[in-house]
Amino acid sequence: MAEPLLRVESLRLDIADHESSRSVLLDVSFDVRPNEVMGLVGESGSGKTMTALTIMRLLPPAARASEGRIAFEGEDLLRLNESAMRQVRGSKIAMIFQNPRAALNPLMRAGEQVARALMLHRGLTAAEARRQAVELLRHAGISDAESRARAYPHQLSGGMAQRVLIAMMLACRPALLIADEPTTGLDVTIQAQIFDLIKEIQAETGASLLLITHDLGVVSEVCQRVAVLYAGQIMEQAPVAELFHHPSHPYTERLLGSILRVDQVAELDTSRAIAFASIDYDNPGCRFANRCPYVLEACWVRRPEPRWLAEDHVVFCHLRNEAGT
Amino acid sequence: MPHFLRYLLRRIGLAVITLAGVAVFVFLLTHILPSNPAALRAGPLADAELIHKYEREMGLDQPIYVQFGRYAQELLSGNLGESWKTGQPVLQELGERLPATIELAATAFLIALVVGVTLGVLAAVYAGSWIDQGVRLYATLGAAQALFWLALLMVHVFYYTLDWAPAPLDRLTIGVAEPPLVTGLFTVDSLLARQFSTFLDAVNHLWLPAVVLAFVVSAPVVKMTRGSMLDTLNADFVRTAKAIGVPQRSVVVRDALRNAFIPILTMVGIVFGYLIAGNVVVEKVFSWAGIGQYAWNALTINDFNAVQGFVLLIAVIYVGLNLVIDLAYGFLDPRIRLG
Amino acid sequence: MDVPLAPRVAGRSARTRSFGYRSLKAVGRWRLLSFGVLLILSYVVVAAIGPELAPYEPNATHPQATLHEPTPEFRFGTDKFGRDIFSRVLYATRLDLSIAFSVAVSAFLVGAVVGALSGYFGGIVDDVVMRLVDVLLAFPAFILAMALTGILGDTIPNVILAISVAYVPYFIRLTRGEMLRVRTLQYADAAVGVGNPRWRVVLVHLLPNSLTPAFIQVTLVLGWAILDAAGLAFLGLGITPPTAEWGVMVAEGAQRIITGEWWTWLFPGLAIVIIAFAFSIVGDGLRDLLAREER
Repeated sequence: MAEPLLRVESLRLDIADHESSRSVLLDVSFDVRPNEVMGLVGESGSGKTMTALTIMRLLPPAARASEGRIAFEGEDLLRLNESAMRQVRGSKIAMIFQNPRAALNPLMRAGEQVARALMLHRGLTAAEARRQAVELLRHAGISDAESRARAYPHQLSGGMAQRVLIAMMLACRPALLIADEPTTGLDVTIQAQIFDLIKEIQAETGASLLLITHDLGVVSEVCQRVAVLYAGQIMEQAPVAELFHHPSHPYTERLLGSILRVDQVAELDTSRAIAFASIDYDNPGCRFANRCPYVLEACWVRRPEPRWLAEDHVVFCHLRNEAGT
Repeated sequence: MPHFLRYLLRRIGLAVITLAGVAVFVFLLTHILPSNPAALRAGPLADAELIHKYEREMGLDQPIYVQFGRYAQELLSGNLGESWKTGQPVLQELGERLPATIELAATAFLIALVVGVTLGVLAAVYAGSWIDQGVRLYATLGAAQALFWLALLMVHVFYYTLDWAPAPLDRLTIGVAEPPLVTGLFTVDSLLARQFSTFLDAVNHLWLPAVVLAFVVSAPVVKMTRGSMLDTLNADFVRTAKAIGVPQRSVVVRDALRNAFIPILTMVGIVFGYLIAGNVVVEKVFSWAGIGQYAWNALTINDFNAVQGFVLLIAVIYVGLNLVIDLAYGFLDPRIRLG
Repeated sequence: MDVPLAPRVAGRSARTRSFGYRSLKAVGRWRLLSFGVLLILSYVVVAAIGPELAPYEPNATHPQATLHEPTPEFRFGTDKFGRDIFSRVLYATRLDLSIAFSVAVSAFLVGAVVGALSGYFGGIVDDVVMRLVDVLLAFPAFILAMALTGILGDTIPNVILAISVAYVPYFIRLTRGEMLRVRTLQYADAAVGVGNPRWRVVLVHLLPNSLTPAFIQVTLVLGWAILDAAGLAFLGLGITPPTAEWGVMVAEGAQRIITGEWWTWLFPGLAIVIIAFAFSIVGDGLRDLLAREER
């Protein structure tokens, strides 16, 4: 197994508002290998975006990574000072966000913004950068790139804006690209195009892609491995095919909508399974406990130890630990 | 360009309507409210005959719509009437004193803008730090100022105690001749005429009132710059810039400030209102011969024509300035310029 | 965003700080707000019992003690007529505060009702009202108050009227804005559906819920009204000598600026500035507080 490109270890992220403090991420561990597409999947509120922002160190002011480390190219990203981190951003790790039109400077033309990335990361002159920018826009699938480069963000459609952002990322040539729900709000056909583009670029450049999404369908199409995140905790991590065929964690099963096999150890508690409980941030154990049909005593007490079911397939669940399934 | 053209025409249209409304409003104020303007003009010692004479002269015996017609006609031809005190055309008298006010107001405005925007940006970038606290304190203090009192305080400190400023007696020391008239701004004119000692004297008299005015006017500038910058610094596109590794200073200037500047620009119009109002008070304290002092004199002797002229002029300037700002705003923001 | 970002702590810090620092700042904000409220309350107390506290009558002259520096006998010194400035400042508190409250209340009432009705009914009414607002706002507030006072005459009710007129447009705009937001909500339609006449729906049901920004504005206007009234008095408009009013006193003191009898204008001016500062803090604090709760 190759040395991972990025390894997140036991990451804990606290966010304080004026009254209290919440651990939005608690013991998040996963890794991304070189030249792969890794998925990070979870529902709304699970902490996916926060994870990405923590890796990029672009957190909102009230958030603090209090535990854990993020290993990248031999450094712990959490311990880097701001100017060192700035060297990393863009040139080593880059990120594209949801809502692409809001992510572009409304007062700068599209081509200028790509050109700026080029000047920053490839040391081109302004004139060269402008020319290359048009090339990159074309490469990102924008037809009529010459005139589109002169357009302002509000004149672009969502799909085109996302392509501009992708072009900016191309300019940076990062080793790791993080894409946070890159197609939310875009038409289905455009979605497919964007994903095709992303896959193409990943294959071409050999960069790794960490794809953050709530959509399992996308994961099955695009990703090679996937980690499942719920309420700020990693529940399971496996190659995509393995996860879909042999889901282990109750939450994953639920996500996949598969029928649960009643275990000898636990009995199905239907009332709990139906509950629309909110995220239980105070539970020191497994945060899925208040929605889990197989919940055990231990689930309320401590976080489950990781259990390796196969090479590359790890699950964090007391049920699986005990049952030995 | 048609989008911008539509925007332009609509804004100009609104301004014209507003000015028309202002004209009507001022007419109502000066012709309906006072019980008898002619009596006021004739003064407390007048007899009925004098009052009647003025009534006829002022057309007060005519029906109201005729009076308004005359008024509207005069306004449109740029005639603001004659001062009841001096008999001179009000427009001319205002015109003579306008440069003094401009000199003071423009200087104060520039200082307030530079200081205010800088402090606001710093406060936003270093939000939460002591810099931010200090700047916010400055803004709160400035906003709560009684300009007339502050002016007195500054004069006492800098003139009476420290002797760093001359006596607050108009724009030049008594005995110093005015520079040859070009713009009416003594500082500019004396430079143009190479009268450097006059220039220094003019600056010497200018700095204190300008600084006092600037301090008070800078408070809203600071507040709005800070607010606008904070909003912008939290925007998605700023995050993108950071995510591709753009250095902090570039992010602040190219991304944040350029975008924050648009709302700041609209704020300039509001600030200008404070400036004009503040000018009246400062001109009184420093005996500065500008239109503010003119208005004050006119008010005390009930020279309605002069007051009316002043008020109309202020409204025109204010509405005009806001219009220019709206147009500039429309031009700078590609979302409006191009649609 | 899938996780709600931390609400922008009212200080909107861009740096991460320790939790302790953050709690201290939150307390600090409360402290500032309470300080402001305390100041306002003390002014109100002085307004109520000022005359009892004052050692002298406001217009009582002491011809042998004119223009004296502050002494234990005349705590703020005396003016050119030998009047005790301390007593005059105390007496003036009642006058200035009542002017401020009158202005704020009238501007608020008129503005809120007009704004609400205009916002709700829209159409021609709204257009006309907005044009009127534009006309009033074509003048800086103080200039408008100045002109009105000059034309109406120098009495206290005129001053209150003049300043109120200058601030009514703010309230109209605020409540209208809120009304536009609120009128599309369902309970508005429900109230009409049940048979309430529409004006009643506006005033009784909708208006109370759209008043939050207006309340904040009231605190600010309270401060501005005092500054304006005093400013007008300083210019000789509205309130005139020998009335004991802070602005009048500063105007009288201004004549002494060149000869250096600073106490004649410093103390009345301080009285103005401190209360204006207090209103400003409270207004800002309220805005932060209410903005936080809306989340």
